[in-house]
Amino acid sequence: MSQPPVVSVRDLRVYYGTRRGPVRAVDGVSLAIGAGETLGLVGESGCGKSTLGRGILGLLPEGASAEGEVFYQGRNLIGMPRDQLRRLRGPELGLIFQEPMTRLDPLLRIEGHFRETLRSHERGLGEREIRRRSLETLGRLGIPPTRFRLYPHEFSGGMRQRIMIALALVLHPKFLVADEPTTALDVIVEAQILSILADLRKGSGTALLLITHNLGIVAEACDRVAVMYAGKIVEEGSAREVFASPAHPYTRALLASTISLDTTELHSIPGAPPNLIDPPPGCRFHPRCPDAMQVCRTRDPIEQRLDDGRRVQCWLHGPEVAIPQGGTAPLGRKEIAVAEEA
Amino acid sequence: MPRRPEPISGEPGAANERLLVSVRHLTTHYAIRGSFVDRLLGWEAGTVKAVEDVSFDLHRGEVLGIVGESGSGKTTLGRTLLGLVPATGGSARFEGRELVGLDERTLRACRRRMQIVFQDPHAALNPAMTIEQSVGHPLRIHRLASGRNEIRSRVAEALNRVGLAPPEQFLEKYPSDLSGGQKQRAVIARAIILDPVLLVADEPVSMLDMSVRSKILTLMIELKRNLDLTYLYITHDLATAKFFCDRIAIMYLGRIVEIGPSQAIYDEPKHPYTKALLRAIPDPDPRHSLPRDLPRGEVPDAARPPAGCAFHPRCPRAFAVCGWEAHDIMELLEMRWSGMAEEQHQRERAMIRVAEIRAGPGGPARVPAAGGADGSQLLALFERIRSEAPAEPFWTGVRAMHAGAGHVEIEWHQPLEPRLIPAGRVEVSCHLYNQAAPAGSLRT
Amino acid sequence: MSVALGSGRQPRPRWLRGGTAIGRALRPIAEAHGFARAMLWSGAALTAFFVVLAIFAPWLSPYGFDQYRSGKELFPQLAPPSARHLLGTNVQSTDVLAQVIWGARTELMVVALALLFALSLGVPLGLFAGYFGGIFDRVLVLLMDAMFAIPSLLLALVIAFLLGSSIASGVLVASLAITIIYVPQYFRVLRNHVASVREEPYVEAARALGARPLTILIRYIFFNVIQTVPVLATLNAADAILTLTGLGFLGYGVQPTQGAEWGYDISRAVADVASGIWWTALFPGLAIVLLVTGLTLLGEGLNETINPVLRQRATAKVEFEATTLEPGGP
Repeated sequence: MSQPPVVSVRDLRVYYGTRRGPVRAVDGVSLAIGAGETLGLVGESGCGKSTLGRGILGLLPEGASAEGEVFYQGRNLIGMPRDQLRRLRGPELGLIFQEPMTRLDPLLRIEGHFRETLRSHERGLGEREIRRRSLETLGRLGIPPTRFRLYPHEFSGGMRQRIMIALALVLHPKFLVADEPTTALDVIVEAQILSILADLRKGSGTALLLITHNLGIVAEACDRVAVMYAGKIVEEGSAREVFASPAHPYTRALLASTISLDTTELHSIPGAPPNLIDPPPGCRFHPRCPDAMQVCRTRDPIEQRLDDGRRVQCWLHGPEVAIPQGGTAPLGRKEIAVAEEA
Repeated sequence: MPRRPEPISGEPGAANERLLVSVRHLTTHYAIRGSFVDRLLGWEAGTVKAVEDVSFDLHRGEVLGIVGESGSGKTTLGRTLLGLVPATGGSARFEGRELVGLDERTLRACRRRMQIVFQDPHAALNPAMTIEQSVGHPLRIHRLASGRNEIRSRVAEALNRVGLAPPEQFLEKYPSDLSGGQKQRAVIARAIILDPVLLVADEPVSMLDMSVRSKILTLMIELKRNLDLTYLYITHDLATAKFFCDRIAIMYLGRIVEIGPSQAIYDEPKHPYTKALLRAIPDPDPRHSLPRDLPRGEVPDAARPPAGCAFHPRCPRAFAVCGWEAHDIMELLEMRWSGMAEEQHQRERAMIRVAEIRAGPGGPARVPAAGGADGSQLLALFERIRSEAPAEPFWTGVRAMHAGAGHVEIEWHQPLEPRLIPAGRVEVSCHLYNQAAPAGSLRT
Repeated sequence: MSVALGSGRQPRPRWLRGGTAIGRALRPIAEAHGFARAMLWSGAALTAFFVVLAIFAPWLSPYGFDQYRSGKELFPQLAPPSARHLLGTNVQSTDVLAQVIWGARTELMVVALALLFALSLGVPLGLFAGYFGGIFDRVLVLLMDAMFAIPSLLLALVIAFLLGSSIASGVLVASLAITIIYVPQYFRVLRNHVASVREEPYVEAARALGARPLTILIRYIFFNVIQTVPVLATLNAADAILTLTGLGFLGYGVQPTQGAEWGYDISRAVADVASGIWWTALFPGLAIVLLVTGLTLLGEGLNETINPVLRQRATAKVEFEATTLEPGGP
């Protein structure tokens, strides 16, 4: 990246406090996204990716605490006073949710939604200007102006999601987090919306963090990908390269278990994702990893940078010097009890 | 790791003996309750034709996939077959016996032989019953076992079959203690404990993660082999359907638009909708990229299906006979106006009384002009629209346009209703393959 | 599926852990914290106090409720609190403390009876109307809404008046009058809840299994909708006390010869206040306030605890370990 990144996350940790101990939803994550770039954050349910997305924007629920650094325009968003953060959200930082049905006010026309959004962040906008900007953004998303005065329930799910995206984009944010934006939608609508997102980011230079569990979407719509497991990023790099030759065994296993049109055999990962209160020691993936070594059980892997700029956290990629004597011997994995299967 | 399941083979004679389900012209309509005034005045607000004229056969040991997006009617089809929703017409024979019109009591007895697995594992189990109670309940309902011990042992056997082992660990648990994959296994256990012959699986894996999906599909394949099950697999995901199914039926707005062996559908898709579905599947193969030529718009409202072929407003290959009508004018205008500069949009909009576009008697559509514009000005507008995008399929359906006093009249080519016709190895409901269609011949 | 407990924490008692149905139902109560917990336990304490008074009235009360003499000696009339009459006596020479204690028994008995009737009528009607719908449902909803529209005290008054002439027992009359007021509430809450639960996939699953409607109603729907009933019953009890004392104040319901009734006591004590006699009105009034408050706190506490929408998960403070990365700029 030649330019400085729009958002730079360093060692972010988000823990939920519960009686049984802290849930380590995000446990030391670092990443950076540049202008006009799309980073796909992919992982199974419960790996912490939604928490990461919201943690970056400071939208955490009660009982969650965050620590670390999220740099946006030179300022650390973690620990920023609430009202300053609130002013940034909207015009600078945007979020697109998964369920468009429940996020739009059923009593407000679409026109009203846009007016409210624009007025609260850019005071003094005239009616005509509001209308012009709203229709322009809606037009880019394929919503005809004849429907500007309808209520949310008069639209289908796919159109509601487009309206949500339009609401996020009308303020021209520099950074957008899309949390599973197409999971609830049909496949053709999904492809349409991804295509729209791809066009938009090229045009407007918005940095996009796309959170999903669908590897296919990431491969088609993202420049870079970060694979998340049990609160940590295990691999991160260019989407093309990661999918062509995955470096981390989990990434490899995820790709293998994805069912596509070319699938001739079903593969799955034995066992289930770990409990985030009490994760396995050492590398969190070691109980399910086909290539686990002795050291994987005792020591946390150290992040390595590969030749092509990828980052990976796996002892298979060294550093050799940090592995103790005998650490590279294969780990005899216990038979994963059938009862612990997902 | 399981390979792709073997498709059934055999001569036609053998196939008939193994015919399990035979559906002919099945129709399920829902009446929409209109507003109070409508009901007072006796006007029906309309019907949703959820399933319209669907016919197919299902043989023992076969897996038939019903693929479609939301609004296609695939879920309603599954429920109609099981009698959970009453059919409004047609016939559905199961093991030779007619199910449509059967009374509830007899239907309940039939439910021993056909079961359903639902989409949402988190909501398909009664939160107030333990796993043992839930999975064992069918045995009690149909009085196939009595006494706590017998039920418990049969439940344990079913749990073992679906991979929830050791069963003792799961018997006393409640659904909220289980993960998504485990819940779905319990749902499957409940469905198979009666030894059914037919299993309708309604999107059984779409709410699960990728790796868990594979595990549940593996389980379903194993059960098919061990228990000689027949599946009706309902899904919107063509990738899993391709892997799991022997034959596939693609549904759009209540009708089957293409049906045939699954290999044929994937190798040589015929219907433009099928082609679109295949192109839209996201693929982690880095050599693929985002599809560019997707059909525009979305699945239309099932209460107002388009005339002729329901897909024609979105179809890139639509032509004269596909069913062009007044409603398509509105869509044409809307598409034109999205993204257009506001002043121009307002100017054009001011010329047309958009809300009053309707089909006149005998077919042609009448577009009334507004704001002092007369018919010829309006006609000029339409001609300009046409010249700016002459390749729009809409114009293939327009036979002639005349300007009247204060309106424009648009005459259409005669639309034809599409029916399923053989084309290659499949049957497809599309005029592109209809030899009898006047303005088209076999176009591929 | 076991989770390692933090160090130093006792495992929960066996009956409260996962297994039994009762344990699961009561777990939210045991896990209550903060404001909800305070409400719950203070309400329970207050209510329990009056329940004890009611149950053990014969042993706790120094005198009978209509006892105006002890042996040959007549009690003084309108005497201020003293050693023999801890809360004083009223215009009919009966001991105020006895009235309060026996009154507790009357109030709670009537209200318990009324709620029992209301539940046995409202719950089944709500279940059937919600599940089967149709004309039965429409008619009942109309009927119940009409009853809802009438002010409750007025309705109770009319019923008490109509029944008072034919039924001798004042307790029964009062109970029935109050029952009628609360049936629509249970009906409505249950009917709406059932109508929404009816659409859940697991109910459809039960139909697909071949279960008969009655089975579905009881095993699949009933147990999933009754969680709101205890909350409603407790809050209704609070309201019912007020209605009952209202009836008593106006002279209907429980007659003074049949039992002590706080509302009736207050109606007699109104005249006393002008002459500076405060103990005949204060103590019954205080009893009403305390009991109603106790029931309300209990009900609201239960609501905050059991209602999954309002329930707040207990959160603990989080401590982060030291980071291994050096601090640095972007």
